[in-house]
Amino acid sequence: MSATGASPGTAGHDGDVLVRVEDLVKRFPVASDRLFGRARQEVQAVDGVSLDVRRGETLGLVGETGCGKSTLARCITRLYNLTSGRVTFDGDDISALSRRRLRPYRLQMQMIFQDPYGALNPRRRVGSIIGDPFAIHGIAAGVERKRRVQELMELVGLNPEHYNRFPAEFSGGQRQRIGVARALALHPKLIVCDEPVSALDVSIQAQIVNLLADLQDELGLTYVFIAHDLSVVRHVSDRIAVMYLGKVVEIAPTDELFSRPRHPYTNALLSAIPAIDEEGGAGPGRIVLGGDVPSPIDPPPGCRFHPRCPKARQLCSDEEPILERKAGDLPGHAAACHYPVEAGEELGSPPAPGVVS
Amino acid sequence: MTQLGTELELLGTPSAEPSAEAFEGRSPWQLAWARLRRDRVAIACTVVIVLIALVAIVAPLIAHLAGHGPNTQYLDTGLTPEGLPRGPSSQFLVGTDDLGRDVLVRVAYGAQISLLAGVVAATVAVAVGVVVGLTAGYFGGATDSFLARAMDVVLAFPFLLFAIAVVSIVGPSLRLAIAIIAFFSWAAVGRVVRGQTLSIKEKEYVEAARSLGASDLRIMFVDIFPNLLAPVLVYLTLLIPAAIVFEATLSFLGLGVVPPTPSWGNMLAESLNYYRVAWWFVLVPGVALLVTTLAFNLLGDSIRDAFDPRGERLFRR
Repeated sequence: MSATGASPGTAGHDGDVLVRVEDLVKRFPVASDRLFGRARQEVQAVDGVSLDVRRGETLGLVGETGCGKSTLARCITRLYNLTSGRVTFDGDDISALSRRRLRPYRLQMQMIFQDPYGALNPRRRVGSIIGDPFAIHGIAAGVERKRRVQELMELVGLNPEHYNRFPAEFSGGQRQRIGVARALALHPKLIVCDEPVSALDVSIQAQIVNLLADLQDELGLTYVFIAHDLSVVRHVSDRIAVMYLGKVVEIAPTDELFSRPRHPYTNALLSAIPAIDEEGGAGPGRIVLGGDVPSPIDPPPGCRFHPRCPKARQLCSDEEPILERKAGDLPGHAAACHYPVEAGEELGSPPAPGVVS
Repeated sequence: MTQLGTELELLGTPSAEPSAEAFEGRSPWQLAWARLRRDRVAIACTVVIVLIALVAIVAPLIAHLAGHGPNTQYLDTGLTPEGLPRGPSSQFLVGTDDLGRDVLVRVAYGAQISLLAGVVAATVAVAVGVVVGLTAGYFGGATDSFLARAMDVVLAFPFLLFAIAVVSIVGPSLRLAIAIIAFFSWAAVGRVVRGQTLSIKEKEYVEAARSLGASDLRIMFVDIFPNLLAPVLVYLTLLIPAAIVFEATLSFLGLGVVPPTPSWGNMLAESLNYYRVAWWFVLVPGVALLVTTLAFNLLGDSIRDAFDPRGERLFRR
């Protein structure tokens, strides 16, 4: 995918930035024992995330289930209201707009959902589903709408004659194409893909990923691409942000992140990629993290990763590290860690002989 | 969803489909319809219901053919010398009642009342229930708490006491009976619709509609409502017989249709003193009521099965 020149830092070069997220916080109230006491608890789904999405790039968002990736995505598209923080889209602050005033922005940003079964209304015909954006925004009607819907179907590789079919009559991959067609209908600038391929068969995943890549080249789209499959993310992304428990722990250009991961969590994630022996050398040893992801209701103090981190020291539980460029890193590479991993350093168990980082 | 696909193959093409329509997918409705058409019980019930409806519609014709008005008393031909109802004869096909009126003609006119009360009350109840349930489920929060409690209150009402109280103030009439029936029936529909809405609104396609900028109303009626139609239709076919029985109950107690207008309920009430000597008097309206409600209930079951052949019940009875 077309990489825009590596501009330094997460901020800067305002002209390039399509979406700017500043200190975004999203908490969900948890109903706990309302009858007695008022222990009002909150899940800190996203806690103080700042990042930029540059025009024309694909920003990958990775992390374990429950780390807040999807919540962040839904905050960016304003499906959720923010608890605090700011989202700027194309220079306009959209973080506090009402639903009515958001409508013009809805034309410009769309989502593709994870579950191609759940994202399409089973009771409606495909033509009507893809035509929804036109109907909602009163753009094209009647014959004109049908023509445009069929164009879209062709664009994403569906047979336009299947206009009158129901979602149940399509395979998973075809349904995801329907979702893509719907997202493209209004020529958006930004498409947020929430795990668009993780519910699909592996052979179909590649088709959809390539379709998205082709469309990006053709239509100049910007993607925020969420996934937990690192090899997919690596394939599509220009830059990758790694999230852990509601925070971005590391962000870097794709190649840089894979060749020089600085955060121990990123290292652990990367080591979990099942490696087929490509270049003859043994990969870095698998880093097995102990314990579970802590509850986002009561996150650990200091660095949120410290209870599971092989490098954790006293400072890690006392003071929260900030996301910043570490010594020796390329511009645009930032990690939130007090003791970033050095090249060649071996983390965790068991040390494999002849490790090349 | 996948099951629907396999269902398509299993069903095959009952009526030879021209290839031009091959790309026209069959909607869940068409699938349900195809299943329903092969369900013998459903067909039998439909025939029965249509017959009863026909009887109701042509009641004046029946009266004309029999030569007896529904409220005319045939004191000399219709009653025995002792003043008791006469049994079935060539003149009165299913006998007469205690006032010498033709039971057949009266039952036919009673069908008008029963069907009218059943269909109108059930339709009103379903309409109100859908709107309230959809609003409560979709908006949630305080709206939901208020509406859900309102439904609880209605469901907790002692309906007979309420009906007696209202009728004693306003005076009995068919219109009031229908209003009372509808008032006590909508909450059950509202609950079902609310529950379904709660689960449907979490679906990703609702989120997709929201991300496209759809309004609340559009989401409620374009995206959610079509998914509710099946349970609502089933509920409607089950509410109609309930409303018919409800009306009969009210009329039986003298709270519904006012004599001499015939209704199955008030005919049953009048016949109770004569069941030892005039079995036809109690049997004919009773059987009419039973057959009608049974046909509607069985049809409702069949419709439910047709929409949901896997046996995953939309609601328990």
